[in-house]
Formats: sequence, C-alpha cells, structure tokens
Amino acid sequence: MGLFKLKGFPGTGNFRHGIHPPDNKHLSNESKVEVMETPETVTLPLLQHLGVPCKQIVEARQLVSYGEMIGKGEAFVSASLHAPIAGIIKKNVMVTLPNGRHLPAISIQASGDQIAPQRLWDEMRSKEWPRDCISIYDPFTIVKLIHSSGVVGLGGAAFPTHVKVTPNDTRMIDTLMINGCECEPYLTCDYRLMIEAPRAIVAGALLTARAVSAREIVICVEDNKPEAVKKLKEATEQTVIKIAVLKTKYPQGSEKQLIKSVIGLEIPLGGLPSDVGVAMSNVGTMATVARGLIKESPLTHRVISVSGRGIKHPKNLFVPIGISIADVIDFCGGLTPDAARVVAGGPMMGFSFSDFNTPVTKGTSGITVLTHDEIKSEEETSCIRCGRCVDACPMNLVPTRLALAARYNNPSIASQYHIHACFECGCCSYVCPAKINLVQLIRAGKKLATASQKF
Amino acid sequence: MSDSNKILNTVKDSPIIHVAPSPHIRDIKTHTQRMMIDVLIALTPVVIVSVYLFRMYAVKQLLICIVTCLAAEILFVRMRGRSLTIKDCSAGVTGIILALSLPGSAPWFVGVIASVIAMGIGKIIFGGLGMNIFNPAMVGRAFVMIAFAGLMGAGSYENITGLVDAVSGATPLSALKFNNTPAIFTHLFWGNTNGSIGETSAFACLLGGLFLVFRKTASWQIPFSILLTVLFIAGITDLAAAASGMLIVHHMFGGALMFSAFFIATDPVTSPLTSKGKWIFGCGTGILIMIIRLFSGYPEGVMFAILIMNALTPLINRWTNPQPMGEA
Ligand code: SF4
Ligand code: SF4
Repeated sequence: MGLFKLKGFPGTGNFRHGIHPPDNKHLSNESKVEVMETPETVTLPLLQHLGVPCKQIVEARQLVSYGEMIGKGEAFVSASLHAPIAGIIKKNVMVTLPNGRHLPAISIQASGDQIAPQRLWDEMRSKEWPRDCISIYDPFTIVKLIHSSGVVGLGGAAFPTHVKVTPNDTRMIDTLMINGCECEPYLTCDYRLMIEAPRAIVAGALLTARAVSAREIVICVEDNKPEAVKKLKEATEQTVIKIAVLKTKYPQGSEKQLIKSVIGLEIPLGGLPSDVGVAMSNVGTMATVARGLIKESPLTHRVISVSGRGIKHPKNLFVPIGISIADVIDFCGGLTPDAARVVAGGPMMGFSFSDFNTPVTKGTSGITVLTHDEIKSEEETSCIRCGRCVDACPMNLVPTRLALAARYNNPSIASQYHIHACFECGCCSYVCPAKINLVQLIRAGKKLATASQKF
Repeated sequence: MSDSNKILNTVKDSPIIHVAPSPHIRDIKTHTQRMMIDVLIALTPVVIVSVYLFRMYAVKQLLICIVTCLAAEILFVRMRGRSLTIKDCSAGVTGIILALSLPGSAPWFVGVIASVIAMGIGKIIFGGLGMNIFNPAMVGRAFVMIAFAGLMGAGSYENITGLVDAVSGATPLSALKFNNTPAIFTHLFWGNTNGSIGETSAFACLLGGLFLVFRKTASWQIPFSILLTVLFIAGITDLAAAASGMLIVHHMFGGALMFSAFFIATDPVTSPLTSKGKWIFGCGTGILIMIIRLFSGYPEGVMFAILIMNALTPLINRWTNPQPMGEA
C-alpha cells in the first residue's frame, strides 16, 4: 500500500482526519465463535431496523416452528421477522431498546423440537458455499429472497438490505463494497466471521453484486487484520472480488469515509452511496444473504462479540436474535466487580443501557462492557479553541462551533455550519482536552435545527 | 422472570451500571490542565536562564507576576460568582509569561499592574479562559508599556547589574537600531545579552518550544511560519544592506522573537482553529514584526504584531472555515 495511492484502487486507502483510539481487540480476537444453546425465551421487537415496524402475524399461545415468519415487513422500507427458536408465542410485551425506543415485541417461549444452532453455524463455516453457479439466480429473485429472509445491515445501522439492492434505473451501481473494517474498538465479530466463514461472505457478495449488477466487488479490511485478509484472499481466488487493505483508523468503516478511501469519491452532503455508484454492505450481512438464498434460511442468528474489561470472559458468540443480554453476559462468566457501563455496539457509537433483559437485535454487533477507569468522567472546562476537534472531524466540520451554537440555542448558525453532516462518530468528543461533550451538544443542536426549519 | 433472577445473581455485587451518551471512551492523554503543565515544563529552561542571568531581578519579577496573577484570578472569579478555575494553571502560565516579557529593572508596581490588567482586562472581562480575544500576558504588557513608557523603554534595560557584563548594555535590537552596533551570534544564542528577562536566550526558548511542539501542546504551524517569514524578510534586508548574515542573525535570535513565536503566539485561545488559519496567522505575525522592527520608532514589534493578529483571528477563522466533506 503506497503512501498516497492504494494499489489497484483510485483512492488513497486513507481519509482526512479521524483518530487512533486503543483498539483493544486483543481481548476477544483470538476466541473462536462459540455457539450458544437455544435459550428459554427470546424477545423480538417489531422494529429492529431503520424504517417502518413489521406487522405481527402470529397470535398469543400460537405454536411456531424454527424460521417461521412471525412479523411481516409490509412497507417497502421494512424487514420481516422470523422465529429463531421453536415455541409458543407469549402475551405481547413491550421492550426498551438501548437506543431509547420503546416498542412492542413478540416473545417466544421455547418448546418442542429445536434445531441445533451448531448446525447453522457449521453450515456457515463450511467450505461448500458455491462461487460459480450463482448465475442460476436472476436479480429480481435475489432481491425478493433477500426481502423475504428479513435481511438488514448487520453492521449496526440495520437498514433493510433489499432496499439497497433493488435495481434502480436512475442510479446505476458500479461497485459493491463489502465493509469488513470494524473500526470500532473492542468489536471482533466481523473479524471472526471473515476468518471462520469467508466462503459464505464471498457467496453473498457475488449474489448481491448480481442483484445490483455491479461490475466491481471490493471487500474492505483494515491493515490491523492480516489474518482476515489472508483468509479472504484464499476464499476469493478465481473470482472478480478484490480486497482493499486500508489504513487502520477510526472511523474507517463509516460509509462516506470508506468510499473516499477506496474510490476517492465524496458522497454529496445529504446523499447516499448510490449517488457515486456504490452499494455498501457489511460482511455479516453478506453471509446472511448467502444463507437466505442458498440455504433458504432467514436471518435468525448472528455473530456478536462480547468484550471489554468489565466482562469476565470476552467471547465471540453465535446467538439467536432476541436472546436476552442477561443470558449472553451469564454465558461469558458475568461482569467483573469494576464493570461500570454496558454498551450495545462499540464504545464510540454504541448505546449504553442498564436493563439486562434487553434483547440482542439484528443490528447488535456486540456488547462492550467498560470499567470505571475507562469511563471516568472528568469535569468539563471551557473550550480553549485548540482546534483539535477540527483536526479530528472526519466530515471536516468545526465541532466546537456546532456545539456552541447548540449550547446557545442558535439553530441558524448550526445549519449554516452543516450540523446535519455530522454522523456522531464521536471523534471530536474523544480528543477534546476540555472534556466537552461535543457530540451530545451537537445531537441537541440537530434537533434544534430541524425543529426551526419546520416553522 | 427466571432470566432476571439469574442475572441478578451474577450482577448483584457489581457496582451501579451507568448510562450515558456516546462516545463512551475519551482520550486520557489530552487534558487542558495537562497542556498547561506542559507549558510550565517548557518554560523551565527559560526561567532557569533568566534567573541565572538576571539573578534577583528575575526572581523578583517572576514572584510578583505569578502571585498577582493568581490573586487576581481568584478575586475576579469570586466577583463573578464562578467556580474556581485556578486548577487549570492558566493564571500561573500567564504570570510567568508576563514576568519573562518584562525588563528586569521594572519596579514592582509595574509587574503588579500588568498582572491585574492581564487577568482583568485580558481575560476575565471576556468571560475567562477560552473566551478572551487577546493574549492576556500581552494585554498586560502593552498596557504598562504605554502607561509607563519611561520605565519600560530602551533605557530601562540599561541600569541593571547582572552576572554578565553584557546585560547592562542596551538590548541587541535597540543597539542595532539606534547605535548600529551588532551583537555576537553566540551571545544572542545562549542569552548573555540584555533584554526582557525571558527573551534573551534563543537556546532556552527553542528547547522549551520544541518540547511543546513535540508534545503537540503547541501547534507547529504557528512558530514555524513566524520564523520562516521573519527569516525571509530579514534575508531580503540583509541582502539589500549587504550585511552578510548579521541582520538575519539579529532578527532571528535577538529580541523577543523566539520566546513569543513558541510561547505567546501559540496560545490556542487567541490563534485560529484550522491548520490553514494557523499558517495565515503565523505569516501575518512575521510580516508585522518585521514592519514594526524596520519602519517604526520601536526596536521590537513582536508584542504589537501578536495583538494585532489576535484581533484578526475571528476573521481568519471565518476565511478558513473548512468545507464539509461532500460539499464540493
Ligand atoms: S477540542 Fe475541545 S477545547 Fe479544543 S477547540 Fe474543540 S471543543 Fe474547544
Ligand atoms: S461527531 Fe460529528 S462533529 Fe464530531 S467528529 Fe464526528 S462527524 Fe465531526
């Protein structure tokens, strides 16, 4: 990889600004994915994705079998839900997700014959995934099957995948980018998946590329994961798929930054990857697509990493969606005495929560448990205008100005300085020597700016 | 529910789980207080050299300014009913920088008044650390320089008895300007010339300054661009006067240039936010320094140059406002 040019790609392998937090991946990157046994109950919120909630199509006390559809995504931007275990539907429940949403959910009490989750994982890991006979699927079938398997982005945002891959005459897709950067500290689920199930990822990528008729397929990995690169290279031999090895830097795995790094193009403000001819998806999503199409099994299980210094035994796990986080934490030996914060996702952009009955959802990439030492909050002092936040912001914004505008209720300044371009990556708060909670202020500022536009 | 009982058992003796918005981790290496401590460390060689050269004059000036600055900060903050901000050490830093930029012979009340003005008008009036437009130490010094012109002028440097004979003469820049007598490079470099107590040793300033840049506490762009601009303009004057380098040496190593380029111009609060802005700030300061040195009645122009550029900083920030990614 050259200093100014990424070999074989138009981009440089890097983007402007960003930060280098300690990645702490060593806690769990050597632990093989373990399969959790079927839990007694699972809880499945009707909205686990971005978009419209799906509609419950089962009733209380009804018996469901594994993989049966229990919630139907009727709207276009919605995703269906399938039973990850066989059992009886319990009375309706409400759950609060870590992102603050309070939602109705379907709860299933396990009963009857269960399929062995180990079998599902072995299927995923096998070398049998086809690479050449995918032409038997025509693009519309692929989209339809992705839709009916309830696939959403597993990287965190959980955007319904079929929406991204639906062919669109006005926006042609040249390149399918598969995101395996996993730039958040602590998380290792994508890393383990790339090492243990590279063939499934490759099969999914080929299928998806066919759906969007992309000419190029690029799998993007940061250069701190040489093992994953090696495994992917083996798995992609004799395919058109290229592998881009990028500089390790947070937030390399963010859509806009990654496109800039690899293709050298900038998505216009407020635009989408398709504006520059790119469709992007996470490695986990690709494996799920392959499973949905080739094995005809819907999205019911996923790999998560459970890590952090606040957990006794950090692990990577293959779990049914809807399993309670309490079960997951118990399986990892419980919390250490100095555990202080539990985060769904990584420490930079994840949501913290305190209710351990919260279920794992489709978008949960991991549970990170931080200790007191790590989250010690320090007193906020005045901004000394040092400009570090400016030098850290990957969107090239002026965080201190946005935060000030928010603090002093000035929505017009906030909009003028493009507050909506901020994607809350957290770099600015991370570097600020005055310990100002910039992201929190900016979040408030966005609400303010949006509200003032309405009048 | 059986689930919650199970988790209660394992989580029972663990402490309270906190919830807060992301990001959940912060860089532990950066801290405003830590930056101020870096500045204090970087100032140490300068302080040592000044005490070595000027003995009691330096000790007196330092003590007066530090004590007054701290007292003024406490007093003003109390008056405004704010919580104490002494912990961030910035008042101490202002005190030391102020003392180092005064002539050793200045009587005690000059230091006291300069400190009170620095803290009061330079800083607190704007709303405290981070809100001020001008570098507080420079505001204090400019005030006493104008109010007590006699005590602060070229003459004040000449009636000192210090360790080295040279320090009882005129400052190198005024000697050059008014008597046309140049100083020797080694004297300028190590510091045995006369001047404000902290500015004479280019070596000590470079040592401390490079530490600050290395620690990333001070930006590298500002000192670098100031020195580069001064070097460039001094080079032209040198060539024009056929002084074979003598003028370059004087402008680079004489006077307050090194001290101010590293310790005063780099004050984050009063300099621009972006890298581009810092370049503009540094070049502007360098040009103004040389204009004042060459064309005005004052032998030294660093202080006014920095104050003028401080005033322009909000404007520079506006000019150099970065374009968000994707806004072509
Ligand atoms: S990093 Fe913090 S102190 Fe520095 S300019 Fe930004 S908000 Fe101000
Ligand atoms: S959170 Fe927003 S403002 Fe802060 S660095 Fe990230 S994109 Fe920039």
